[in-house]
Amino acid sequence: MFACSRRVGEAGLARSCIGVRSIGGMERGFSVIVCKACNDPPCAKVCPTQALTSREGGGVRVIPDRCIGCGHCREACIIGAVYWNDETNKPMICLHCGYCVDFCPHGVLGMQKRELENVEE
Amino acid sequence: MLKNDSLENVLYINLTRRTFRVERRRELFEQHIGGTGVATQLLHEECREGCDPLGPDNPIIFAVGPLTALFPLASKAVAMFKSPLNGNLGESHCGGRSAIAIRMAGYGAIVIQGASTMPVYLTINGNQIHFRDASSLWGMGNFSTGRIIRENETGSGLRTIMRIGKAGEKLITYSCVMSETFRHFGRLGLGAVFGSKKLKAVVVSGRSSLPISDRKIYRKLYDEVYTTAVDSTVMKKYHDLGTAENIVPLNRFGGLPTRNLTGAQFENAPRISGETFARQYLGRRLACSHCPVGCIHIAALREPYEDVAYFYKTSMISYDYEPIYALGTMLGISKPVDFLKLMDRVEEAWGMDAMSLGVILAWATEAFQRGLITEDETRGVKLKWGDAKAYVKAGGYIIDQPNDFYQTLARGVEYASSIYGGKEFALSFGGNEMPGYHTGPGAHLGVLIGTRHSHLDNAGYSIDQKNLVEKKMKPEELVDVLLNEERWRQILSSLVVCFFARGIYSPELVTRLLDVAGFDLSPDDLQRVGREIHTEKYRFKMREGFSLDTVRIPERIFETPTPIPWLNKQYLKEALTYAQKTIVHELEEKK
Repeated sequence: MFACSRRVGEAGLARSCIGVRSIGGMERGFSVIVCKACNDPPCAKVCPTQALTSREGGGVRVIPDRCIGCGHCREACIIGAVYWNDETNKPMICLHCGYCVDFCPHGVLGMQKRELENVEE
Repeated sequence: MLKNDSLENVLYINLTRRTFRVERRRELFEQHIGGTGVATQLLHEECREGCDPLGPDNPIIFAVGPLTALFPLASKAVAMFKSPLNGNLGESHCGGRSAIAIRMAGYGAIVIQGASTMPVYLTINGNQIHFRDASSLWGMGNFSTGRIIRENETGSGLRTIMRIGKAGEKLITYSCVMSETFRHFGRLGLGAVFGSKKLKAVVVSGRSSLPISDRKIYRKLYDEVYTTAVDSTVMKKYHDLGTAENIVPLNRFGGLPTRNLTGAQFENAPRISGETFARQYLGRRLACSHCPVGCIHIAALREPYEDVAYFYKTSMISYDYEPIYALGTMLGISKPVDFLKLMDRVEEAWGMDAMSLGVILAWATEAFQRGLITEDETRGVKLKWGDAKAYVKAGGYIIDQPNDFYQTLARGVEYASSIYGGKEFALSFGGNEMPGYHTGPGAHLGVLIGTRHSHLDNAGYSIDQKNLVEKKMKPEELVDVLLNEERWRQILSSLVVCFFARGIYSPELVTRLLDVAGFDLSPDDLQRVGREIHTEKYRFKMREGFSLDTVRIPERIFETPTPIPWLNKQYLKEALTYAQKTIVHELEEKK
C-alpha cells in the first residue's frame, strides 16, 4: 500500500491502488485487493465516456481527461480493486508496474507474465 | 515540520458533552516531536494534579509521530493517562493498525476527556466524528466486539478498532485495550480508564497523503531503511519464532521467573518454548501496519468437544514471551494447551494485562500455600502451581468479584498484599507487576527507575546479559547507563518507532529521516530533547507523589539468586538514592 504511493513519489495512502484487508478479523487472515487484469474488464465496459480502455494482455488504462467521475467502474469491479482519488474524483487502478513486489518481504506479491494462448476465454 | 502536515492536528473529544474540536498545535510537535514527547505535554495540560484515575477528569491521550506512516517499523501508537493501577504516570504502547490509522485520519494526537453516562463507542473517520450507542456491546468480549463494529462501520483494511473487554468495564485496574484483536495497550490499566468513561471502543480510519520535503531523497532513504530492516538479524529472529524465542535462552541463563520467583529456571521450559509453539501450534503470523517483520504469532488451538464425536472448536490465540512467562512459568504451567486456554480467556473474554494477572495469581498461590488466604477467600478454588483450571476459575472470579478477596485482586498485587500480607513476595515495582526478567541488577533497577516501570523503559535485562555478566558496574554507573538508554528511547517512542528497530534507527539516521518530514534536529538536539521528555515524565511522577527514596523493593528478588551473584539490597538502595538525586537535579535545572 505504502509502496504504491511512493511509486508516484507520495507518502501516505491516498494514492495507493492496492489494499490489504482482513477476511473477517485478524484471526481469519488477509486478502490483497488489487486489479487482477481481467481480459474483458467489467469496469471498462460500464464506462460511459470510454475513459477506461482495455490494455492488451489484460487490465485497463485510465484516461483522466475523459473521466467524468461517475463511479460506475468502482461499482462494476466486484473485487473492489478500483480505488478512488478523492482529490481529482477519478478512479485509480493498478498499472501492474510491480513496484510493490520489492517491498513484500514474505513473497505474497509477485509479478507473473501470462502467455495469451494460455488464457481461458 | 512541513507546512500542511496534519501531524499538528490534535483532536479533542469530550464524552460528557459529546463535542469535539481540532486544534493546530504546531509548536507542540516542533518542540516535543510526537508520541511520548507530545503525549507527556498533553498529560501535563489535561490531567489535573491528584485527579481520580477512574474519574471523568482523567484524560486519555493517543499520540503518533512524524515518522508514522512515512517509514517502516514506525508502527506504534502511544497512550498516556493517569494509571488506575499505580495512581501515577500511565503510558502504554500498541502496535497493530492504531498508529497508521490515527496518522492517516489526519491527526498527530487525540485527547479524550470527560465521561459518558451510557456505553458509547467513537468513530473517527478523517474529520467525521460520531458518538455511537454501545449499549448492545457492553458485556461483550474482544472478538465479538470487534466483529460487530467491523460489520457496522466503514474503513476495512484502513482502520483500527481499539476496544475493551469485561475487565475494562468492571474497572479492573490492569485491564487492557485490545487493538486488531491481538495487539494491546497492555500495561497500567488503560482499559479501566476506558471503562470508567463508558467508552467501549474507538474506531479510527483514514487514507490521507503526507507532505515530504523531497521525493527523491524520501524514496532513497526509505529503501535504505527497508533493506537494513529486512536484512537484519532482528527480522529473522522475530519473524521466525517471535518474542517467544527468548524462553529457552532466558531459562538457560537462569533469569526466567518461575512459580512466583521462588526459582529462576523452569524445568519444563522447553515444553512451552517458542520452538514448541511454532512447531505444534503456530497458525498464523501477522505484522503491524507498515512493518516488514511480522513478529505477531497466533496459535491455532483445535479442541474436540467432550461429548460429541467429530466436533471441534478452533481458537486463534496470540502468544509472546511475556504472557508465556506470566501465565506459564510464573504459575508453573507446563502444558502448552493449558497456557493457551488461559491466554484465550485473558485475551478474548476478559481483556486484562496478561503480565499483571499472572503475577497476581502467582502471589495468590503462594499466599494460599502459606495460609495467608484460605478457601474462604478463594471461594473454594485450590490454587496450585500448574493447575490451569483453578487459574481460569480464579480469573473468572476476578471479573465477577463475588467477594472482598477478588475485589482486592482486581486492584493489583501491591494493593492485595497490603491487605492480606505477603508483601515480601508481591512482585510489583512502582505498583506495576514485574516483567519476565530475573537477570540481575540491571533488570530490577531498570524497572524500579523506569518512568512506567516497564522492562522496555531502559532494557536493564539486556545490560545484565551483555555487560554485567562480564564486569561489575558501580551503582552510579549502572544508573547512568539506564537513564541514558531511557532518554534515547523517549526519542524512539516520540517518532514513534518500534523498539525492535532500535538497532536500525540510530541518532544519525533519525536526523536524516526527520529532515524528510521537515524537522531540523541534529543527533545532539535529539539527545537533548530525549532528556527533556524523560525529565518531564518524572515531573509528572513526582507531582503525583512518586519517589525513588521510598519505592518498595520486594525481598523475594534477593532470596532467589540471579545469574549476577553480586546483586544485593545495599547495591540497589545506593543506586536508587543516586538516581533520585540525579533526577531531582535535572528537574531543578529545568526550572
